[in-house]
Amino acid sequence: MSTTARTRRRAALTRFRRQYARQRAGLYGVAILLVAVLAALLAPLLTDPSGMDVTRATGARMAPPSMDFPLGTDESGRSVALMLLWGARVSLLIGFMSALLSMVIGTVFGIAAGHFRGWVAAVLMRVTDWFLVLPALVLAMVLAAILGGSPFTIILAIGVTSWASTARLIRAQTLAVEARPYIERSRALGAGHWHVMTRHVLPNVAPLVLANTTLMVASAIVTESTLAFLGAGSGQVSWGTMLRGSYDWGAATSGAWWYVLPPGLCIIAVVLAFTLCGRALETVLNPRLRGAS
Amino acid sequence: MLTSPQQVRDGAEEGGARRAVARYALVKLGGALLSIGLVIVATFFLFRLIPGDPAIAYTRDVPVTPEQLALLRRQLGLDRPLGAQFLDFVGRTLRLDLGTSYEYRRPVAELIGDRVGPTLLLVGTGLAVAVGLGMWQGTRAAWHHGGRFDRLSTGTALTLWSVPTFWLGLLLLMVLAAGIGPIPGLFPTRGMEDVDAPGGPLYLLHVAHHLVLPCLTLVAVVYAQYLLVMRSSLLEEIGQDYVTTARAKGLRDDDVRRRHAVPNALLPTVTLVFMQIGFVVGGAVSVEFVYSWPGLGLLFVEAIRGPDYAVMQGTFMLVCVAVIVMNTLADVVYHVLDPRVRSA
Repeated sequence: MSTTARTRRRAALTRFRRQYARQRAGLYGVAILLVAVLAALLAPLLTDPSGMDVTRATGARMAPPSMDFPLGTDESGRSVALMLLWGARVSLLIGFMSALLSMVIGTVFGIAAGHFRGWVAAVLMRVTDWFLVLPALVLAMVLAAILGGSPFTIILAIGVTSWASTARLIRAQTLAVEARPYIERSRALGAGHWHVMTRHVLPNVAPLVLANTTLMVASAIVTESTLAFLGAGSGQVSWGTMLRGSYDWGAATSGAWWYVLPPGLCIIAVVLAFTLCGRALETVLNPRLRGAS
Repeated sequence: MLTSPQQVRDGAEEGGARRAVARYALVKLGGALLSIGLVIVATFFLFRLIPGDPAIAYTRDVPVTPEQLALLRRQLGLDRPLGAQFLDFVGRTLRLDLGTSYEYRRPVAELIGDRVGPTLLLVGTGLAVAVGLGMWQGTRAAWHHGGRFDRLSTGTALTLWSVPTFWLGLLLLMVLAAGIGPIPGLFPTRGMEDVDAPGGPLYLLHVAHHLVLPCLTLVAVVYAQYLLVMRSSLLEEIGQDYVTTARAKGLRDDDVRRRHAVPNALLPTVTLVFMQIGFVVGGAVSVEFVYSWPGLGLLFVEAIRGPDYAVMQGTFMLVCVAVIVMNTLADVVYHVLDPRVRSA
């Protein structure tokens, strides 16, 4: 990369950071996310994983919060607070990875459907519409049940069922970019499909992809928890499996609020944070929205 | 009676428009059939991804000899070539023969038949309430946009929208069904009816009592989208010239809203009701599970736990087909009702 390009990029990054810093809600989102990600990453350093082992749990069953267990215990005497911390790892990992997968599929489909004409575009759009119409949650559950429960299969199940709206968005943007004269100039100079798609279209749709992925993580985390709650879990403790446990052991009907409230509040906090970040990114990166606000 | 050239032209245009709508409907119908075909093909191949094969899945808990397994494979048609199996599957599906449940030892079609009623009751009531609530609040929020009601209602709806459906269900279960602290349990915790359900007209009341919480949960999670769409499409109408004209004529504010702006803003919301049916179905699955509501969603979730592949396959296809049909209907109806889309 030439020096001019590098300086220009650095300037753009600074400009972006400055504009993002003006989005108060977006900053709150980043703060919540930092806390959540740090907690998830530091869980093995701060706590002893043996507390997650059902056979070595020390607390009483479904005990209310106390000094030893700040958020009470679950049905086998494990600390709810400890499970929250370790559950954050699984929930966040699956949320991130499936949003990433969904973004990759959606971007590839969207750019291809917008770039090519004729039957290729028709087939791609048909497939996209099919995925858009079908109930994503039901499809993801079927996939998860068939592929078996592991973090990888759950990521696959969520990623494969949630990319359609991204593809539509990216396609629309691709059509707009391809209508610009410099694409025609590039074609006239002999640029092939690959060159146009990766060198001209992709950089132009990338900001949109970024904002959209951030929003997608939020919905992926909700989907993961719903799948886990409905019995299509990853086999590891996540916030969703905790809530399933609380349901199976009648925590809600026996008044064990410490087992029902915290996992749900964690989900909402993280989802809210991703939504705030996504909205802020959209505002910064989309010139039309920026002008309006 | 003489027909003026103007009338002739109108007639021709109308005929042309009707033909265009018919052509559009046919294209959409073709697309829907293709989608349904795709669902059947995808189902066939998806359920062949299962590790092992259906014969092994069927005999999970039963000790069997290899000969018995082979016999079962022959009975299930698993020893035939894939193409023949596929044609067989398509034929049976088109005849609504969805196989036999492993768990219940009953035909899946029969099981589904038993469960459709409760689901329709729940989704129907929930949708009606959600659409009504969303449209009312959306209209009011848009008419006085920026005001306190607007901020409050939009904020509440968005918050509820981001809450996981099943967790909201657990909360309502904890507070309103089990009772917490001084609050007594007001509603039943599970099911559509108790064993000692009364007969006659009281039965309806009994079911309605059971319906309150599941319905409330479903409404809370889905009404936001109707509110937002109603709000934004009404906001678009408010700036239009005809609204200014109506005001200039001296119509009362209420009349301008009810008779001029709202009817025009209604269309996108009504279409959305059908378009978003897949999302509502997803919500209904969670709600039915939380409250053990004896509908299709609960049947589906229980099949996942089994795993009861025949039931899973049957409910999956039914839900997909229902959603595709609803969407196609919405597309065509929108096209018929809105001349702006028609000309585009």
